[in-house]
Amino acid sequence: MAPHDMNTDDAPKVVGDPFKMPKIECGASMDTNTYKAAPEHNEPLGFPGELLDNWQEVAIAKIGELAEKNRAFQVYLDTCVKCGACTDKCHYFLGTGDPKNMPVARQDLLRSVYRRYYTFAGKYFPWLVGARDLTKEVLDEWYTYYHQCSQCRRCSVACPYGIDTAEISMAAREILDSVGVGQKYCNEIIAKLKKTGNNLGLNPKALRATLEDLEEDLEDETGVAVKLPLDVQGADILLITPSADFFAEPHIDGLLGYAKVFHAAGVSWTISSYASEAANFGMFIGSYENMREVSWRIRQAAKDLGVKRIIFGECGHAWRVGYSFLNTLAGPFDFLDQNYPIPQHIMEFTSDAIDDGMLKIDKSKNDEFVMTYHDSCNVARGSSMGRQVGGQFDLPRKVMKAVCNHFHDMERDTIRENTFCCGGGGGLLTDDLMDLRIKGAKPRMTALQQVTADHGVTHMAAICAICKTQFSKVMPKYGYEMDNIMSVHQLVANAVILDGQEED
Amino acid sequence: MLSTLYAVLFYVATILLVVGTAMKVAKYARTPAPLKIPVHPAPRTKKGVVLRMGREVLFFESLFKSNRWIWVFGFLFHWGMLLVLLRHLRYFTQPVWWWVELIQPFGVYAGFAMVAGLLGLLARRIVVERIRYISSPSDYLMLLLIIGIGVTGLGMKFVLPVDIIAVKAFFLGLMRFQILDLPTDAAVLIHLGLVAILMIIFPISKLIHAPGLFFAPSRTQVDNAREFRHLSAWASQLPPLPEGIPTKEEGK
Repeated sequence: MAPHDMNTDDAPKVVGDPFKMPKIECGASMDTNTYKAAPEHNEPLGFPGELLDNWQEVAIAKIGELAEKNRAFQVYLDTCVKCGACTDKCHYFLGTGDPKNMPVARQDLLRSVYRRYYTFAGKYFPWLVGARDLTKEVLDEWYTYYHQCSQCRRCSVACPYGIDTAEISMAAREILDSVGVGQKYCNEIIAKLKKTGNNLGLNPKALRATLEDLEEDLEDETGVAVKLPLDVQGADILLITPSADFFAEPHIDGLLGYAKVFHAAGVSWTISSYASEAANFGMFIGSYENMREVSWRIRQAAKDLGVKRIIFGECGHAWRVGYSFLNTLAGPFDFLDQNYPIPQHIMEFTSDAIDDGMLKIDKSKNDEFVMTYHDSCNVARGSSMGRQVGGQFDLPRKVMKAVCNHFHDMERDTIRENTFCCGGGGGLLTDDLMDLRIKGAKPRMTALQQVTADHGVTHMAAICAICKTQFSKVMPKYGYEMDNIMSVHQLVANAVILDGQEED
Repeated sequence: MLSTLYAVLFYVATILLVVGTAMKVAKYARTPAPLKIPVHPAPRTKKGVVLRMGREVLFFESLFKSNRWIWVFGFLFHWGMLLVLLRHLRYFTQPVWWWVELIQPFGVYAGFAMVAGLLGLLARRIVVERIRYISSPSDYLMLLLIIGIGVTGLGMKFVLPVDIIAVKAFFLGLMRFQILDLPTDAAVLIHLGLVAILMIIFPISKLIHAPGLFFAPSRTQVDNAREFRHLSAWASQLPPLPEGIPTKEEGK
């Protein structure tokens, strides 16, 4: 295994600085555009199929509506003083050098229009405050640059007023959708989920077959009949996990880890074929209604199956929706067991199982790996875990250290609340944005190269389906192999020894 | 004539400042936050939020962590300005409150800190390419406006003293709806004119960040979404979705 081969042709030659300021180049990523949605992707979401004739009028009215319905949007548009503290915080700016990828500049694309139509200064002195008319060029620019934001909130941490570009970017996408300009990737996926219950369009039959195959693999490996139950009425726990866990690597290995932990803890659990998706792309497009509809399936499934608890698998934005929004969107969950947080994260469950001595662990099983941990943005800045503030940082590290002997953190300013996005979050995990994804991964990859150089780190683990997919694609561009990204529960799966397990 | 003009100017400016700011604050307070969006790690109690906001407002904690130079200049400017403003209470009170007397010496020198901070911010705006890129004419003008206020103020204190007793009498008069004579030194007129402009633009410009920051959900919300259901008024009016699984889907 050569995780960090500096001589690979397209790998950066030296270990660099993750914060290295790029040369500012106007329009550098102007031509990086994601495919637009077709009418059949937009309409099932309640949006016009194509660009409306009176789009300008509708978009301007939508800005006003959002300003009245969302305090964050209103306050963030008004309060920015252009201090510049956020300008060097975005991974897409650091990766592309395009000044419109600086968070404040990204906000200004919309703020300038808001000012023109909704503020005194912008109405009467537009030149003074940088206000501008909403033209087709501006609309196109919104489409381009609001799809170069992964809504990771790193800039919000830096802002003295807490201005969150993710909120502006979500609002901008909602405005675009409301005039018929949707993004194919997100809208097609949401439409698919509404039809089949997951982002992949995987039907219940195929899902059952997949799970049965995995059960066989597990039994071959361990000699123990570890189950991956589907649609079991009356199970205690409903597992809501990203559908990538059913087919993608290293996601599947994470799913096997949850199954082993549940098995070892002796709890009854099930997956639902109706809510076979944790991901909720309604968040990426800023649509409260769509996000609510997608979330609602979880409530329906939980009621239908008569479960007592809901546990989320490893998925970043799903956990933000789960932790921060689920109660709002699909609550109240008065029909579930109130002795457990609703919902819970698999990391909370595993952490408790470790504390309660329910897991027999052989750490040496992971000795071939020198690990680091990538804090996924939505977990780090959009949610929490456990009983203490900061549990979203500490629990995954605690679990990793409980199952691995070799662990090193990356530089402090690139982890925890300052973590860099993988480069593929926020609805950008699509092949048509591959160039942007590779550039956006640069700060994270550079920080990883540092710990590889300093501590011989070979692998990085994450608890987000998008991060895992993104890294398996972009890590080869930075001198790693595609399997140098792992699931945290993959490490757990490696180290857990089940009762009756055949040891090699 | 000039005294009347300035009297009217200050009455108008005061009304616009107070009413305008109150309207903005009322709008922010009225606008619902449909979702729990604190930026984590976030406090899980109200007390924790008060502490978080306290650190932000008093020490500019996030800015300290994110950009040390902007923090240094911003801190000098804002704290300098606060002391200067408090010092200026002596021109509106008779007798002068004891604690205003106490901070007089500090308030005077705070004027230098304030101007130094502002010059630093202006320099950054011009020198740092990224910040130059995001700056509009109003961003420069606002700095120049407050620098103008600071420099004329310091000028009156240290270079060309004016009849400050008469200025104070003018403002005490305004507070009793009497228009007394305002000294006509250029420094006085420029200083007060710029202050009036600042008061007028406060509610309709980025200066509204001062009250606005108390309404940023990313910082002011308590992290307790799992414990307490947060629901905005408009969201509670959305049409209900079906309970239970309606029909079995195709492929089953």
